[in-house]
Amino acid sequence: MTQFPTAIAESGRETASGDRTMILNMGPQHPSTHGVLRLVLEIDGETVVGMKPEIGYLHTGIEKTCEAKFYQQVVPLTDRIDYLCPMTNNLAYCLAVEKLLGLEIPARAQWMRVLMNELTRINSHLVWLGTHAMDLGAMTVFLYCFREREDVLRFFEMVSGQRMMTSYFRIGGLALDPPLGFFEKVKKFADRFPGNVDEYENLLTGNPIFTMRTKGVAHLSAEDAIAMGACGPTLRGSGVDIDLRRDAPYTGYENFKFKVPVRTEGDVFARYLCRVAELRESIGIVQQALAGMPEGPIKADSPKVVLPDREKMKTQMEALIYHFKIITEGFTVPAGEVYQAVESPRGEMGYYIVSDGTAKPYRVHMRGPSFANLQALAKMCEGQLIADVVAAIGSIDVVLGDIDR
Amino acid sequence: MALATAITDIEQLKSHPALGRLVEWNSAAVLEVKFDRDELTIWVPKESIREVCSILRDLADCPFNFLADLTCVDWYPSEPRFEVVYHLLSISKKERVRLKARLDGSSAAIESVTSVWPAANHYEREVFDLFGVRFTGHPNLKRIMMPDDWEGHPLRKDYPVEGYR
Repeated sequence: MTQFPTAIAESGRETASGDRTMILNMGPQHPSTHGVLRLVLEIDGETVVGMKPEIGYLHTGIEKTCEAKFYQQVVPLTDRIDYLCPMTNNLAYCLAVEKLLGLEIPARAQWMRVLMNELTRINSHLVWLGTHAMDLGAMTVFLYCFREREDVLRFFEMVSGQRMMTSYFRIGGLALDPPLGFFEKVKKFADRFPGNVDEYENLLTGNPIFTMRTKGVAHLSAEDAIAMGACGPTLRGSGVDIDLRRDAPYTGYENFKFKVPVRTEGDVFARYLCRVAELRESIGIVQQALAGMPEGPIKADSPKVVLPDREKMKTQMEALIYHFKIITEGFTVPAGEVYQAVESPRGEMGYYIVSDGTAKPYRVHMRGPSFANLQALAKMCEGQLIADVVAAIGSIDVVLGDIDR
Repeated sequence: MALATAITDIEQLKSHPALGRLVEWNSAAVLEVKFDRDELTIWVPKESIREVCSILRDLADCPFNFLADLTCVDWYPSEPRFEVVYHLLSISKKERVRLKARLDGSSAAIESVTSVWPAANHYEREVFDLFGVRFTGHPNLKRIMMPDDWEGHPLRKDYPVEGYR
């Protein structure tokens, strides 16, 4: 039976060899902690005896803020939770509200959501790959990854006008139709990208320094991973075959063919292999989405919820009234509650929304994948070397905005 | 697409593995059920939450071995004020179930489920920090988001959005 890692002894404790353990602070301003993660380590020489993550430095009370906003005003807040995958957050929130409303989304909007979501996954994994490799001393990979990430950010800018805080998905569909030439540019990128992944793999997968730093490091068994609530590539790297895109398809993922990479080693290298394989799967989904992109509207036919087209608003009385009403008093959502989970690049991103029948959500709770994976970090670092803690942090791909909210 | 009406009849929903097993174990352990928007919610008495969780985790044909989420809703000013919400997932059967336990505002405490899922540790600390609900038997019930010397619990409904001035 898995136990939660033992609490650290604040003033050190006697070790078997007669020495005392030492308390070492790591972070919050430490380049390897990917933000403001603070870890209090109890060490015996170079070995980590215990670890206590200290979080909350980035707590902005988004859940509380949501309760004071109209449903549609919450969308831009969701970008700021997991800032490396804004569209995934937008999607999870929109899907949850659409489920509450019982709203049907047109096919084109769904396929665009899948397309943008996979580009977001690529964006997120590229940042992870670059920074993870840099933590372990491979500087070049970082530059290569950010070269491709720049392309993806340009796509985001094309559709939404924003590189990072996109807020492109709206309740009921999308904000805008993608601009002319968008699909051709994405297609060009998608054709080139598998070659780029080969480039990264050439630098890392067979690299003896990288493999020495990652193979067998920070091991997490499948049993422990489940008990500690780990999710996403962290869980799949430990041999648990789970992917919400396949197991509980949302927004039309059932129309796409893709493999779910699973590794059984449970170490840093296994998580690396899972994510790199996911890069290839994601670009495959992008190709399928481009090939089969349906024509049609990008917003649901629900005038009380979805803002009317600008053109209609200026020429039709009714559209003007709906526009005015949605902007000034929001739209009401039938009472109830939903938990909508999507597969973010880091794992299960769940939005739990409670509605009391008014225009503002009664409660919004985000189940952040990093928050759950962080608990597994303490487990996987027990008995490891301090230098390997850096590798372990990189391997669970923490985003502090997602943890602290 | 119109919303289907919610089902609240236990008999109709018994085919769900979690509910069927719970009713079989102790029919008093199921206070209320609701099947709404394809999601099953079971209200259980707060005294039996740990036992219910451990039964569901060890269910033979559909083990709910993964605690997906644990949070709380504050229904201030009505009583019972708090609802602690557990989202469980069965990884092998892809089934989900939501458990809820109601707590009074005056004695907001419930047994910790950290002994069932170690993953509950941080979630319970978060609920304690932001709602002030105590989890008895929790190994390290301290604030997690807010500073240790913070006053009040920000996600309570009687806590103003801008904070106290």
